[in-house]
Amino acid sequence: MPAQILKVAPRPQPVTAAPLIRFAGVGLSFGRTEILRGIDLEIAAGEFVSVIGPSGCGKTTLLRLLAGLQKPSAGQVSMAGRPLRGPAPDIAVVFQDYANALLPWRTAAGNVALALEARGVPRPERAARIAELLQMVGLGAHAERFPAQMSGGMQQRLQIARCLAQDPSVLLMDEPFGALDAMTRHKLQDELRGIVRRTGVTAFFVTHDLEEAIYLGDRVIALAPHPGRIAHSFPVTLPPQRDQLSTREDPAFLALRRALFDFIQEASA
Amino acid sequence: MKGAVLPLGLVLAWQGTATVFGLQSDTLSDPLQVLAALAAGLGDASILRATVQTVGAAAAGLMLGAGLGAVTGLVCGLLPVLSRLLRLLIEVLRPVPAVAMIPIALLVFGFGARLEISVVGFACFFPMLILTETAVRGLHPLGRDVARMLRLSLPQRVVKMVLPAILPRLFVALRLCAGIALIVAVTVEISSNPMGLGYRLMLAGQSMRPADMFATLLWIGLLGWGLNLALVRAEHWLFATGARA
Ligand SMILES: Nc1ncnc2c1ncn2[C@@H]1O[C@H](COP(=O)(O)OP(=O)(O)OP(=O)(O)O)[C@@H](O)[C@H]1O
Ligand SMILES: [Mg+2]
Repeated sequence: MPAQILKVAPRPQPVTAAPLIRFAGVGLSFGRTEILRGIDLEIAAGEFVSVIGPSGCGKTTLLRLLAGLQKPSAGQVSMAGRPLRGPAPDIAVVFQDYANALLPWRTAAGNVALALEARGVPRPERAARIAELLQMVGLGAHAERFPAQMSGGMQQRLQIARCLAQDPSVLLMDEPFGALDAMTRHKLQDELRGIVRRTGVTAFFVTHDLEEAIYLGDRVIALAPHPGRIAHSFPVTLPPQRDQLSTREDPAFLALRRALFDFIQEASA
Repeated sequence: MKGAVLPLGLVLAWQGTATVFGLQSDTLSDPLQVLAALAAGLGDASILRATVQTVGAAAAGLMLGAGLGAVTGLVCGLLPVLSRLLRLLIEVLRPVPAVAMIPIALLVFGFGARLEISVVGFACFFPMLILTETAVRGLHPLGRDVARMLRLSLPQRVVKMVLPAILPRLFVALRLCAGIALIVAVTVEISSNPMGLGYRLMLAGQSMRPADMFATLLWIGLLGWGLNLALVRAEHWLFATGARA
């Protein structure tokens, strides 16, 4: 059975299509501290949304709400028209801290298997699927390696493969490349874009790196702090075919980078 | 091997003193006599029979107490509510010396293996519970989020994520409890239960056979040392190789 994930999904038409994800007046408070307030956000199927904002403004919290790991104290998060109650099977999260997200006593193949075991995929079907997923993230030759025997970049690829094993329609990422060096980060950005385009998955990508937000995103959401709220939504007007060198020199890229930079300066002040 | 120098030196000095001054005593004995008594005990298998009784009761008590302790600790570690409910009870019972349970256990079970197993079980329960609960609590919180996102059921999470992660610490706790089990088993035998190595030790002391007494003592020491060594080796073999390297 060819994997669902390899099917090429049509590019979305964000304007006409009903949004896949909708935040309606979402707020969250821990006791007396208000973390997020009045979040209204719609994300179309297949859209790549980057999220930026000063440290501590609530980016991770916003992602956890969408993951169903956190319940809003006001408003509602819904997916495909249905309110979200807890983690959904087709939403996957790539955590920044790959070392603690992987099982050190399982090989790369074993770690991917965990997601399949959780879904109850019968054992005979697992091997082919695991090989295919590891191939997709460039770990085809390292199936029998343990995480401790892999570089940070490889471990994060492995975590992405495990998330893809869930066959998600939404992929949430919380600074997934934050701990990696610049070269590895650029490589993984391109791989991620490739995977997202091939699978048609909807992506929600939190990052500190403004260039990364633009390079990857179809749209950049800027959060302002105290309490966390959406201050701006910047459409990324770059062509879908992106390149680490030329895209980063594109005037539209530079202008957006400037706008985001000014926003962060102002918001952090 | 350097570790053997001091004990051997002391034993030689002891033997030398005993030979030179012609030791005659109801309370002391010289090393050669002790070795002879040990050989005799091994020869007529009396010391082996006692060993089987002591080790059997200690092992059964260990399995019972440490097993229940590990399960309780696991559940408490996963469910903080339950842990809070049980905390007072545990904190009150935990400091009670296991030997203080002997009179109660004696009333319930009478003399014999069950008396000893229950007291050993009591002694092993609390350290295992606390070490297991601490191990579960010490797990990185991200594991829980990962399990939730993958939608692992609680049993799946326990079997696939929690147990493998705490296994090395569980084994250390088991090793600690094995030492406790042996000590408590011998203590129960010395203080009340007419069986095993502890009883043999008591009997030898009361009937003025110091060589036999010291032989039994030496044997208990060797037993404890061997047990610990075996468990340390097993631990290395299980956890220091392969995947965890
Ligand atoms: N469980 C919690 N209880 C109380 N406060 C919390 C909790 N989790 C987060 N916060 C607070 O909520 C605010 C937002 O946190 P969050 O982790 O979402 O920020 P962030 O934008 O992801 O920050 P960073 O860029 O540093 O990752 C912070 O002030 C944090 O202290
Ligand atoms: Mg964060």
